Amino acid sequence: MNTISPRDWASHPPYLHAPYRSTSLRGPTKPLIPIQQTLSELTGPVYGHESLGRLDADLTKNARRNGEPLGERIIVTGRVMGDDGRLLPDTLLEIWQANACGRYVHKTDQHDAPLDPNFLGGGRCVTDDEGRYRFYTIKHGAYPWGNHHNAWRPNHIHFSLFGPTLLTRLVTQMYFPGDPLLELDPIYQSAPAGARERMIANFSIDVTEPGFALGYVFDIVLRGRGATPMERTP
Amino acid sequence: MTDGADKPRQTPSQTVGPYFAYCLTPQQYGYDFASIASGTLAGHEIDGEHIRIEGRVLDGAGTPVDDALIEFWQADAQGRYAHPADPRGSNLAFKGFGRVGTGTDPHKRFIFHTVKPGSVDGKQAPHINVIVLMRGTLLHAYTRIYFADEAAANAVDPILLAVPAGRRDTLIAVREETPTGTVYRFDIHMQGERETAFFDA
Repeated sequence: MNTISPRDWASHPPYLHAPYRSTSLRGPTKPLIPIQQTLSELTGPVYGHESLGRLDADLTKNARRNGEPLGERIIVTGRVMGDDGRLLPDTLLEIWQANACGRYVHKTDQHDAPLDPNFLGGGRCVTDDEGRYRFYTIKHGAYPWGNHHNAWRPNHIHFSLFGPTLLTRLVTQMYFPGDPLLELDPIYQSAPAGARERMIANFSIDVTEPGFALGYVFDIVLRGRGATPMERTP
Repeated sequence: MTDGADKPRQTPSQTVGPYFAYCLTPQQYGYDFASIASGTLAGHEIDGEHIRIEGRVLDGAGTPVDDALIEFWQADAQGRYAHPADPRGSNLAFKGFGRVGTGTDPHKRFIFHTVKPGSVDGKQAPHINVIVLMRGTLLHAYTRIYFADEAAANAVDPILLAVPAGRRDTLIAVREETPTGTVYRFDIHMQGERETAFFDA
């Protein structure tokens, strides 16, 4: 069995990032304890195509009650791979986002913008044989939050992935190119310069469907296979 | 890809945020969307000692967090993982994954119904792998739950031994017999004197 490559600390945000105020009481303060990778870390939850509902990957359809959701339809697609370059088939992605007005369905979201009865904002997809996923959704609005005066999150879609093992787990956010709020957002800015740009999707005219929806490409890189095999139990 | 310059680099982690529930734990929170996992890892038909694991997530001020997401990954009662990498073959009846948010319990607890796992490789004490996510953590935290009534196995567990002696008890769940069955209590302290030991594997 192969190990998993180390977490690339130069690519990830720190636990404590003062401009994002909620980290100050919620981020661990003591150094992480390095441990060997055992069978517990080199296995992980398995969710394949059988775990999906028919419309899970189409957020424009999976919560319709009396019509189509409002807003601009978009396509979000990309490939999931390890940092060893291997494409990852049969990998579950879960996404969630606000609606076209910037309002989350979540019951504690108090943002004074309307809910859309035909849009939930949650979806799932499993990658194909070439590591590819594809969602249809609605481009959502900017979202105000209480982190600081006049704070607005840039447009973002939350992504959750397991990958092949517990160590490949990744929860991240996808952003949109050219968003002026990126420069002002402490969550986006928490990732190191040179790495944070990987969270920005690319507009693609090739993915765009004529007369229907603009297309964006967002490739996701998880921890890949490590260089050394796991120590065998004699 | 052999050229180091072309090697893909990891996508940065970001916070799960406060509004994950309608996608990640929809049924627990009452949203009309099927959940892929819940706090019940094992129904009565599953072999093993049935237990409940309860706890809270406490921030640096000691306040219980009501928007955390806790994920369990564990072996079955024989210590087998439902994953192709487990050489002993999977127990497909027991998926081994659970997921609970702390936003629906009046005491802000996470509650899992499961079976006590067996030892996975003869070297490690029985344990449950735990991923902790919430608004305010930019990268999920990874820890483990060990069991107080496994003192002999815990004393030689290689992962517990990697933890400074004074912090090992942050990973030990306390066993309690209640009228509704066996409960293990395990609070997760994000900061402070009792900060839970978190790992980098």
